[in-house]
Amino acid sequence: MFKAKVLIKRRKTILDPQGKAVEIGAKHLGLSNIKNTRIDKYIEFNVDANNKKAAEDEVIEYCKKLLANPIMEDFEFTLEEI
Amino acid sequence: MLSETKSASSRKKPKFGIVVFPGSNCDHDTYYVLRKIIDVDVVFLWHKQTSLDECDIIILPGGFSYGDYLRTGAIARFSPIMNEVINFAKNGGFVFGICNGFQILLEAGLLPGVMIRNESLNFVCKDIYLKIENNKTVYTKGISGKSSLKIPIAHGEGNYFADEKTLSELEANNQIVFKYCSNDGSIIEAANPNGSVLNIAGIINKEGNVMGMMPHPERSSDSVLGKTDGSLIFKALVNNIFN
Repeated sequence: MFKAKVLIKRRKTILDPQGKAVEIGAKHLGLSNIKNTRIDKYIEFNVDANNKKAAEDEVIEYCKKLLANPIMEDFEFTLEEI
Repeated sequence: MLSETKSASSRKKPKFGIVVFPGSNCDHDTYYVLRKIIDVDVVFLWHKQTSLDECDIIILPGGFSYGDYLRTGAIARFSPIMNEVINFAKNGGFVFGICNGFQILLEAGLLPGVMIRNESLNFVCKDIYLKIENNKTVYTKGISGKSSLKIPIAHGEGNYFADEKTLSELEANNQIVFKYCSNDGSIIEAANPNGSVLNIAGIINKEGNVMGMMPHPERSSDSVLGKTDGSLIFKALVNNIFN
């Protein structure tokens, strides 16, 4: 069994309205040095595979087909045996 | 009885199928408009079905399928019925996505681009005006005498985005069907309710059978609601395909 930790990041060229709005909050807090706030997604799950390669393949398929939209997002992940 | 088996071509009225996902909420409005105002046959298709019940036109209605979790339309795209919808579309079948239905079509790759959160971050629910950019599609051909169509929007994620290459292709192939405009038909930034690139409100695939739009024509089809421009799209669709 493996634990997967996936980070889904919106591509830099695509506007992140949430990040922009949150940064307005930072300004209101008086945090004037905060720049380029981006809100990404962090997803955790277990993979019940026999070996790391099989687990990796399954994570990649999950990311490519569902967790990330390849038009606007990139993903990275780590796998740890548990 | 044999006489009850009718093919699509000999059937008296066109048959629409409205796909119902968990979280669809414009399915009944669309059903009502199609049956009572447009006067066609219409059935609901539960998302777990794997048959389209011989429908001529499939509608993916508005709503919040699967709670909009992960990304709008991302999970609905893998509902069992979507394999049939994708095959149907790839074989030239007419598929019309409204609001969440449009988002599902994007996630399914039947239309290009993505939807992101409205620039204002607000859920926007109001009447907007649409300019018909392509009046040769089966969804718009024959709609005349209108500088703009008044149709409501109701969405939080209708900010259409596509990269430069995709946008040039959309323009070159005349795939942009509707743009947000002022009531006199001018395409201006002030008339853009959500930040969509190029004021895009609706697009069609290259083949001309799959269309998605964010505004809700079913909410402006019954005169009782004081606006009927949405019905023009459903009527055009029926006239252009069946008459």
